[in-house]
Amino acid sequence: MSNDTVLVLVVITALAFDFTNGFHDTGNAMATSIATGALGPRTAVAISGVLNFVGAFLSLAVAATIASGLVATGKVTLTVVAAGLAGGIIWNLVTWLFGIPSSSSHALIGGVIGSTIAAAGGSAVLWHGLVSKVVLPAVLSPIIAAFVAACGTWLLYRITRSLTDGARKHGFRIGQIGSACVVSLAHGTNDAQKTMGVITLALIANGTVAKGSNAPVWVITCCALAIAMGTYIGGWRVIRTLGKGLVEIESPQGMAAESASAAVILLSSTFGYSLSTTHVATGSIIGTGLGKKGAEVRWNVAGRMATAWVFTLPSAAIVGATAYGIAYGIGGTIGVIIDLVILAALSGFIFWRSRATKVDHNNVNAEWTGGVSPDKVPAETAAA
Amino acid sequence: MSWINLTALWKIIVFGLIAGAGLPALFAGGLYALSLGPKTAHVRAAGVDGDIDSDVVVGGSVLGMVLAAIAFLIILAAIGWSVYEIYTLGHPAPAKK
Repeated sequence: MSNDTVLVLVVITALAFDFTNGFHDTGNAMATSIATGALGPRTAVAISGVLNFVGAFLSLAVAATIASGLVATGKVTLTVVAAGLAGGIIWNLVTWLFGIPSSSSHALIGGVIGSTIAAAGGSAVLWHGLVSKVVLPAVLSPIIAAFVAACGTWLLYRITRSLTDGARKHGFRIGQIGSACVVSLAHGTNDAQKTMGVITLALIANGTVAKGSNAPVWVITCCALAIAMGTYIGGWRVIRTLGKGLVEIESPQGMAAESASAAVILLSSTFGYSLSTTHVATGSIIGTGLGKKGAEVRWNVAGRMATAWVFTLPSAAIVGATAYGIAYGIGGTIGVIIDLVILAALSGFIFWRSRATKVDHNNVNAEWTGGVSPDKVPAETAAA
Repeated sequence: MSWINLTALWKIIVFGLIAGAGLPALFAGGLYALSLGPKTAHVRAAGVDGDIDSDVVVGGSVLGMVLAAIAFLIILAAIGWSVYEIYTLGHPAPAKK
């Protein structure tokens, strides 16, 4: 059956998205630990990968939100899902190229909404669900995270003010690693579920599983693997921006940031909000800059990120809608295949472009000089 | 249906502060307790601006170490408990549908 061919293609594309989700977001958990030297870059991404895998099995509350709360599932066809995923992947790769920690969740949701509108019109989108479950939390969560992280940072420096800098740095590194591990777990719980939700949406669209079903076990396992592998590959460009670009971070700030992120993400997950871990992590890191006397937040970097966040939903939606248009125009299975070929070609092109200004585990901590790619000074490379 | 779930919002803020700022503060308290004792006495004598370069964390006070151990155990227990809670909440019994 041709429908099953499309279903397989959709599942593969969804897992590809999950992979980009993993490497785009490694920084949310590990950027501060890498920046303060609490963990070596390679060790950090390995630990984070394992914990993302474990986290994916932890909860299914958010998967249900994506699958049923945002679009009228009856209007969703496999082509719509494939086109939506293409939108999400492209936006993730473009923002990664520029080292901007934008929300993978918004990229995915935007893509799916764009393709749904293209296929069935604006009435197929549950706008109320979109605003109350996605847009409002996206605005509020970084502010809450920044507030919690600022309070935490202030408390940590206050309580340990009699310790020497060396002792403080030493002690908090352990706490920082612990809290970063909880964030990795939370990321697996929160983000892997979004792909599970999309695959479940596709399975429902194809009639493979009944409407309102939970994600089947094979879906959970595949998603957990894809996000863990993506995390392990490590999105070094984004890690660099988060760890070095926003605030110069010390280990107490790192611990405060990761604890705040973990608490906000996990609490929101339990309420079924599909929060962007990226928004929360960025808010937390800015908060640690606000909570420490004398620390400087690079607001120009933060502003550039916020701009990208505003554009994420609509941009991914436009790509999603375009992808649907192409697939629909050509028609049938071939249309979807051509969509995915274009997607693969664009992804390859972006990857090729990224090689020109390579950021990897060797130069991720190099001095911040205003851009993602470190200046090619041999001394810095040697120091890192 | 309202646009914003205020109950969820205040819960996220309050519990977020308790877990996200309170637990690290408890960790800091543990570190402080751990630093008490004879091995770090010279650092305290020099005062905050003493500019002594030392990365000795454990001061050697038994009471301090016990208090630190209690603080660290509370933190571990809190993390373990919350992970368990998330697991139970995230896997509702299918029979209820």
